[in-house]
Amino acid sequence: MIEMKDVYKTYSNGVIALNGINVRIKQGEFVYVVGPSGAGKSTFIKMMYREEKPTSGSIMINGVNLAKLKDNKVPLLRRHIGVVFQDFKLLPKLTVYENVAFALEVIEESPKIIKKKVMEVLDLVGLKHKARFYPNELSGGEQQRVSIARSIVNSPKIVIADEPTGNLDPDNSWGIMELFETINNRGTTIVMATHNREIVNTIKKRVIAIENGKIVRDEARGEYGYDN
Amino acid sequence: MTINTLRRHMRESLKSLGRNGWMTFASISAVTVTLLLVGVFLVIMFNMNHFANKIESDVEIRVYIDVTATDKDKQALKAQIEAIPEVKDVQYSSKEQELKNLIKSFGEEGSSFRLFEQDNPLSDVYVVKTAKPTDTMKVAKKIETFKFAHKVKYGQGQVEKLFKTLRVARNIGLGLIVGLLFTAMFLISNTIKITIFARRREIEIMRLVGATNGFIRWPFFLEGLWLGIIGAIVPIVLISFVYYNMYEFLKPKVTVPFLQLLPFDPFMWKISAVLLVLGACIGVWGSMMSVRKFLKV
Repeated sequence: MIEMKDVYKTYSNGVIALNGINVRIKQGEFVYVVGPSGAGKSTFIKMMYREEKPTSGSIMINGVNLAKLKDNKVPLLRRHIGVVFQDFKLLPKLTVYENVAFALEVIEESPKIIKKKVMEVLDLVGLKHKARFYPNELSGGEQQRVSIARSIVNSPKIVIADEPTGNLDPDNSWGIMELFETINNRGTTIVMATHNREIVNTIKKRVIAIENGKIVRDEARGEYGYDN
Repeated sequence: MTINTLRRHMRESLKSLGRNGWMTFASISAVTVTLLLVGVFLVIMFNMNHFANKIESDVEIRVYIDVTATDKDKQALKAQIEAIPEVKDVQYSSKEQELKNLIKSFGEEGSSFRLFEQDNPLSDVYVVKTAKPTDTMKVAKKIETFKFAHKVKYGQGQVEKLFKTLRVARNIGLGLIVGLLFTAMFLISNTIKITIFARRREIEIMRLVGATNGFIRWPFFLEGLWLGIIGAIVPIVLISFVYYNMYEFLKPKVTVPFLQLLPFDPFMWKISAVLLVLGACIGVWGSMMSVRKFLKV
């Protein structure tokens, strides 16, 4: 479960990114975060994997207050949270298999378990046959599948995605969304920032709209609500 | 840390040497060039020091004993000299002995001095050696004040000049080596910084998937170590080879004892070990300094 209480964030250059956020996201929910560029979406997302610290307020994730979490505990937190980005963040010199295995190597899993788990998730994202390929030999959609595979290989309770379809064509975007639904159906919470109107309006989920650092709308089966 | 993790770090560090081909080459070259310079300087320094020690240890104080001194007076003088804490050794050399040495040192022409064997104009002498050669002047001054010490000689003037020259030479050598080491560290840390800068994405991703700072640091630590060690091999081999040949070439030609080079074994082993350790240290240091700034949360 994710719970934010009175979260404020002011960057050192004086920009106020979050201006009093209160929100609860239950385990197993699928949430879209929408809003205009520069409204605080990214900061909101970054708070959840402790890339940014709040200026005040508390962020509880599975009973841990991220506002008070020590720097050296951050790696442990990240092992329970999968993160997916618009630009995939794959290592170009590692194969698909190695990129996914990376997330398990850093938590010092045994090679046997690594192999089993990596092949499982690659099967889930439909890329088992491309395990030996390098990222630049794959399409954008396939690369995003690899990055999703990496984010869930630890079996995290929460997956956070920052515009995961931002760089993809519509066909690939739908494929990625199907994959997120599959992951969500297994009980994983998904928080996804997006600008994709069509997706939000077609696959109906909870929508949180952020404008000027505040939540202006929070609907159970919401619409995208913006023109672009 | 598990064995598997250690093995992974080893594998990763070796792989990344290959992946960052040109940067690896640049870092190793930086280590090689500097260690080559440092190594050559070390060899010159140690040999110079060796010569200097030899020369210094030849410095002795000759105390000419007053002709009026009786055997008892001589004993007293000896005891007085030996009582000086800096004195290591006192040898008595009678005037007959002195004359023999003189004749010998002149070779064939020395025989003309034999006339003096009947009526020896020389004095009996105490040859005094100090524990530290640089104490010579101080000790000589003290002995001059003793009774029956007719004259005290130690090569006044020259000895002071010699010591001063040696001291300056040593300090210059030491300064050069320290300077070179700093240059090497700076060079290497900069080169590795560039390689790590190119890999900040890798570090970023490692941190995203929950790698601890220690875990991230390990492969870089090992990589620095390899760079340093590989970089040290060329200078070690090169310097050893040249030194060995120089030593073998000069050994039969140089007969003056204090101008001989230090023997290859064990001297070159020590130099090699020093270079290896220096290489490893600057490699690790450089890579740790550079990775540090990417690990701030």
